[in-house]
Amino acid sequence: MKSLSEIETTSKRASKASGYSWGISEEVGKSIRLLEMFNLKGVKNLNEYLKEKRDKKFENLNLINENNKCSEFSYCPIILGVSFLDQIEKIEKIKSINFSKIAYPLLFLPFLSRSSEVIGKKIFFKFEKSEFLLNINVNISTNLMEKNCPNIATNAEVKILENNDNFTENDWKSLYQLSEKTFVKESESLKKGAAGAGLTDND
Amino acid sequence: MKVELRDPNIIMKLSRLGSFHQSKLSFLRSFLDEFKDWDYNRDLFNLDSSGYGVAIYSFKKGKRVYSLVCFANKIDDNDRSDRVIATKWDAAFTLYDGVPSKKDIERLKNEVPRQEVGRLSYKELTLSRANKSVRVFNHVVENLSKGNQPDLDLLEKVGYLYRTTAVYGSGKFGLADRFRIKNRAEINGPFRLEMMLVYLVRQFTFDQVNHVAKHKNPKKAVNLDPNICRNLGIGNSTGLGMAPFIVNHPTLLNNWILSREIALKKIREIKNVNSKDADLFKKCVKDSLKNITSWNSESEFQIKKINSLLVNVKRFLEFTENQLDFTTTYPFNQIYLWIEKETCEETIEYIVSMMMEPFDEIVQPLIKDMSSEEEKYFRIPTERTVLELKNILKQRYPDILKINFEDKSNLRNFWFISKNKEEPRYADRFKEEGSELEQPLAIARDIKKLNDQLILCKDDLTIDRFLMNNSNLRHVVRRAFIVEKFPYAEIQDNTISEKVVPIDMLRLKLSFFGALKFDPRSDKWLRICMFQGAPLPHELKDYNQYWVYC
Repeated sequence: MKSLSEIETTSKRASKASGYSWGISEEVGKSIRLLEMFNLKGVKNLNEYLKEKRDKKFENLNLINENNKCSEFSYCPIILGVSFLDQIEKIEKIKSINFSKIAYPLLFLPFLSRSSEVIGKKIFFKFEKSEFLLNINVNISTNLMEKNCPNIATNAEVKILENNDNFTENDWKSLYQLSEKTFVKESESLKKGAAGAGLTDND
Repeated sequence: MKVELRDPNIIMKLSRLGSFHQSKLSFLRSFLDEFKDWDYNRDLFNLDSSGYGVAIYSFKKGKRVYSLVCFANKIDDNDRSDRVIATKWDAAFTLYDGVPSKKDIERLKNEVPRQEVGRLSYKELTLSRANKSVRVFNHVVENLSKGNQPDLDLLEKVGYLYRTTAVYGSGKFGLADRFRIKNRAEINGPFRLEMMLVYLVRQFTFDQVNHVAKHKNPKKAVNLDPNICRNLGIGNSTGLGMAPFIVNHPTLLNNWILSREIALKKIREIKNVNSKDADLFKKCVKDSLKNITSWNSESEFQIKKINSLLVNVKRFLEFTENQLDFTTTYPFNQIYLWIEKETCEETIEYIVSMMMEPFDEIVQPLIKDMSSEEEKYFRIPTERTVLELKNILKQRYPDILKINFEDKSNLRNFWFISKNKEEPRYADRFKEEGSELEQPLAIARDIKKLNDQLILCKDDLTIDRFLMNNSNLRHVVRRAFIVEKFPYAEIQDNTISEKVVPIDMLRLKLSFFGALKFDPRSDKWLRICMFQGAPLPHELKDYNQYWVYC
């Protein structure tokens, strides 16, 4: 078994060797470590992408807008990811961000995951039948868990989710009522003496 | 009285960092303190008559057990080398998390002696190898087997029976990642398990030498006197491999230095020092003269430093005897001001280390702050502006911004990773090939480049926009924002200049390990000794914590 430290260092060096700057390569190292920690195929996807990158062109998207359409080649997931992370506080207000084509979308995920932590909101990422929920960089849920992630994401959508309750008001009330059974009903004497404040409000 | 922390722009210069000495904050001393009440045991000692085989030593407390697994092997004298290019060693070691099963020992027997080309698992925490000082080892065996103790002069000159040539941890070669163990209470200081490995290896060397002597002459042989054992440590040959570590872990470096600086500041701020503490300090300085006079080195550079240290420490003792009155207020502040005015960098840092000795209540709480959650500071705050970044550079890198990198002498060298050994190396970029594969360790040059680029940008430009067009500077933008929060995170010198002495970087790290008797063998590697004078494992429960000076 490879340690996460080995995975991070090797991914960083391989990215530098493939033409990325040291600063970007450091980001890739952290990202692949994160994917592997969450049991997603980071090493496999990075390896395939860097190999493909030798002969194929990819587009670098630096400035992210609501709708992002690549001209000829699909977006490089690494530059896209770094741009997304760097600009997250500016693009947070856009609720739905669309990308026409992203290469190796799995490599984009860790940047979304870290962005989710920066803004303290969940991020939902979807393309075709694949769905991912990035949860404040604590975990990544997906319907792809045991399957390989496609090498191309067409018409991908990133949604920044508002922090809403994930349950009904009835469920909450019912649970709250149960929790009340740990409370002590106050007698007159407890009301007067147990809180610790003065006996009158006007002293 | 309020004393300011010392200026990072002075303390973080390489010549100053290369003058640091062990102290109460050093990792080997805090390791001994942490594990003093653990149960020590020799669980297995299965060596043949020549001393080859397997041995296991452990520390245990409650359900937690750490086991050192030792493999001693026969090697030809021609194969014995301290250099990282070696492939065979007299002994190889791993620290196992728990009690290894027979199956584990079989697995480790195949992997541990191979070191970098072997594969370890998450159950192993650290990995190391060591070579005998053949001259000393054979001399000791010879004498013990005849019923005599060895020549103390020879032992004092060398200081150890074995020297390690590398100690690995934190996920290397499949070893456990640090995150798996970082929440254990006993590992609340850096390199604690590396220290445990070296400490237990030291005991193995004594047991092995006794064992071989006994088999050589069962009727007459005696064991090595425990007093002699105590005065032997473990040697270590350290090359450049260690140097990039302190550049690559800025927040960790900050926390080491900051702890030292806070300790010094608090000690200088003590208004009245009681006579017990004053006497202890004076005794430590006086006793430590022995460490200076027995500090051997063939390096002219080091001999000069040792001589000047000896002269200055003697002058300092005269000062404390004849001029300083410990009953006046703030005596340690007076001491500090005197050494700063009257002595050299080597002496200043020597006395600073010694000042901590009486003050457990100041030093102990700082030890737990010497680790770092590095991940927390990895993100670049891209919402901030060019003006803010410019100000950080101006404030945190004042001397570095003055360096002229048009001058070839200031970018003479480059750091790279050797393909053969995957280890850091250092070479002249104008003579050797490979500088296009330079590692990102030329921080001063890249900070200067960043500054030059920032000058061309509008002050209100945000960092995300700046990075769009300056991806090549991303690594130093990250550093600058880290250094803003952690003032001692950066070496305030040019690590690629032709004047740089790389062993200064090694010495800084080794001083925090707790090494003694730095002996540079060139400007790129040095030998040291660890645990010399330290209590033996069975003495840990009640030991003299000032053993370094005894």
